[in-house]
Amino acid sequence: MTTTAIEKPPGRTGQRHAPGAAPRRRRPGRLRARGLPYLLLLPALLLELLVHLVPMLIGIVMSFKELTQFFIRDWTAAPWAGPDNYAVSLDLDAPVGEALLKSFLTTCLFTFCSVGLCWLLGTAAALFMQEAFRGRGLLRALFLVPYALPVYAAVITWAFMFQRDNGLVNHVLHDQLGIGDGPAFWLIGDNAFVTLLVVSVWKGWPFAFLVLMAGLQNIPREVYEAAALDGAGTWRQVRHVTLPSLRPVNQVLVLVLFLWTFNDFNTPFVLFGKAAPASADLISLHIYQSSFQTWNFGTGSAMSVLLLLFLLAVTGAYLLLTTRSPRERKAAGGR
Amino acid sequence: MRIIRAAAVGAVTLSLVLTAAACGGGSPADGSGSGGGKTLTYWASNQGASLEVDKKVLRPELDRFEKETGIKVELEVIPWSDLLNRILTAATSGQGPDVLNIGNTWSASLQSTGALLPWDAKNFEAIGGKDRFVASALGSTGAPGQDPAAVPLYSMAYALYYNKKMFQDAGIAKPPATWDELIADGKKLSGDGKSALGVEGGNLAENIHQVFVLGKQHGADFFTPDGKADFTSDGAVAAVKQYVDLMAAHKIVAPGNAEYAQNQSLADFAKDRTAMVLWQTPGTTFQAQGMNPDEWGVAPAPVISGTPGRGTGTNSMVAGINLAVFKNTKNREGALKFVKFMTGDTEQKTLNHAYGSIPPVTSAQQDPAFDTPTVTVLKQTLATSAAALPQVPEESQFETVVGTAVKELFADAAAGRPVTTESVRAELDKAQQQMPKK
Repeated sequence: MTTTAIEKPPGRTGQRHAPGAAPRRRRPGRLRARGLPYLLLLPALLLELLVHLVPMLIGIVMSFKELTQFFIRDWTAAPWAGPDNYAVSLDLDAPVGEALLKSFLTTCLFTFCSVGLCWLLGTAAALFMQEAFRGRGLLRALFLVPYALPVYAAVITWAFMFQRDNGLVNHVLHDQLGIGDGPAFWLIGDNAFVTLLVVSVWKGWPFAFLVLMAGLQNIPREVYEAAALDGAGTWRQVRHVTLPSLRPVNQVLVLVLFLWTFNDFNTPFVLFGKAAPASADLISLHIYQSSFQTWNFGTGSAMSVLLLLFLLAVTGAYLLLTTRSPRERKAAGGR
Repeated sequence: MRIIRAAAVGAVTLSLVLTAAACGGGSPADGSGSGGGKTLTYWASNQGASLEVDKKVLRPELDRFEKETGIKVELEVIPWSDLLNRILTAATSGQGPDVLNIGNTWSASLQSTGALLPWDAKNFEAIGGKDRFVASALGSTGAPGQDPAAVPLYSMAYALYYNKKMFQDAGIAKPPATWDELIADGKKLSGDGKSALGVEGGNLAENIHQVFVLGKQHGADFFTPDGKADFTSDGAVAAVKQYVDLMAAHKIVAPGNAEYAQNQSLADFAKDRTAMVLWQTPGTTFQAQGMNPDEWGVAPAPVISGTPGRGTGTNSMVAGINLAVFKNTKNREGALKFVKFMTGDTEQKTLNHAYGSIPPVTSAQQDPAFDTPTVTVLKQTLATSAAALPQVPEESQFETVVGTAVKELFADAAAGRPVTTESVRAELDKAQQQMPKK
């Protein structure tokens, strides 16, 4: 985008102001013009280095050090640990590795459920909102509220609502509707997984809704009209027109939702505090506890690097599998 | 062409500025930790009913210090949930306050990071000498055999706080002195939406304080004399089981308490829903919740049998807040002056009175203001039957892993799952395996 947008003006100005001149002769200018995009990218690149890459590299270095409380004041003095931190994290027979694996599997299950529900809710809502009806604007705005609220404020409100004795959820479920034997615990024990899922979906689906709504706007009406003329009902239209047309949108949406959910730290931390119940022990919180609470930043970093590698692998494989090559695209009808 | 050049120059300038700004973020220009003798940054822990209360209590005193010395003190009151993390971050980055409050149980852990100024003879000299402080309070300022990492500021002890009206309604004349009495009274007090004892099952530090004392009563320590974790001894298992059994077996703690972590048990107490809590200085919170000081009574925390004393008669930890100086301070002289001011007789009386705690300074403790029945119980406990938590570098990890184990056991008890000696031992074993290998 940047390249085309910037390379055009010099050509145009050259033609407009000096029709007889040969712009090709001015090589230094061309060089400069060609370098300009990179120059304009420089601030972003430097910031990216500072904000993301350098801390990431430091984290990787830390993962090879024995960075415990005795050395946090002067990192350079921490002895090299070699692969020890990784060995501890990956030794599935020992408690640390076992707990990490369990947390990883919990996170996988949680992510699968959360992304699935977010996508389903988002798609359904976006489809229903396609038809114009009274109050559509209001509903659209209402649906986006969870996305607009600050995470901390929203999640702490949920935490209050899920309290066993004074919370709204138990008041409705137990006191009003009489479901269950007694008021249930939502913030400790096995129900914590459901709690986390509810809050995560509540927080995540408006984004899916927003993106899919934008994606739907781009599908030409004629395609639906043609499909209707061919006798396709609503369900067939959704299956054979809408979903295939949304494919590129969905590809990015699911990936982004996956990464956000898998890495989510704020939601479990605000809901459960420093020690999450075993059923909702998401990996980001687990790593936090392994480093901050036990003051062992070396092992924590090693776990983070492992998480990074996993996410990179999943993202790479996902993009490889879902991105069609140009030839396939041509075969699929020029899309 | 001119536009392009301008854009290029702009881009380069912008990147240079951004880089410089990002790199400069760590320089001492941001004010904290520096100030050339005229300002100090002070991190205070949350002692009153709220952060605002603390600011109101401390501000006039800090202004007085400024009047006396010309040094301005920038105050930040930090909630307990954040304090240790903030200190860790400060230790890691070297950018921290000049003077700070620490929970006295963290002394040895923070000492091992080397981020706090050691209190050698010379530094003690600057604040009036080590012998100004009560010996038991000095026992919780760092690992034995090393210069203390901090000096005592406020002393506290656990005691049994009971709701007089609820006791009267249940026909109980005097507060229980042993656990058996507490359980027997508890059965009379429980029922009808009310429960006998409040606990904070989700608060890791609170769990540790309670099981540490119960451990002492069972003759167990959670660390061996040479500082190794020893969580699964019979005494330790019995202690943790006894604490959780108050909910699991005896049912005198309401199941909902398993998820309490924000002092909800104190609110229950003030609303006549819970008859007793084992707590340190909850007075200001009770009053903030609308209770009158004559509506609650204070008694020594229960023991297994006999009267509180040393060893198995231990009925409280040596609780308290220490004052430390950050080693990286650019204003050590001013920081020492401030510590001298805060540990001076006048401030000790004022502040400890405001917070309901006891001055760890001998001369200030003599003041008649600290002879009320409540404070006498606490003073007596501290002097005769309180023990310091293990002064080992791994103390804060111990709080996390064993505190979490107790939280999980409370969750089991609340869900109606059995809590057995085996399940307690298994949780504690898991906790021990998470401790750093030495």
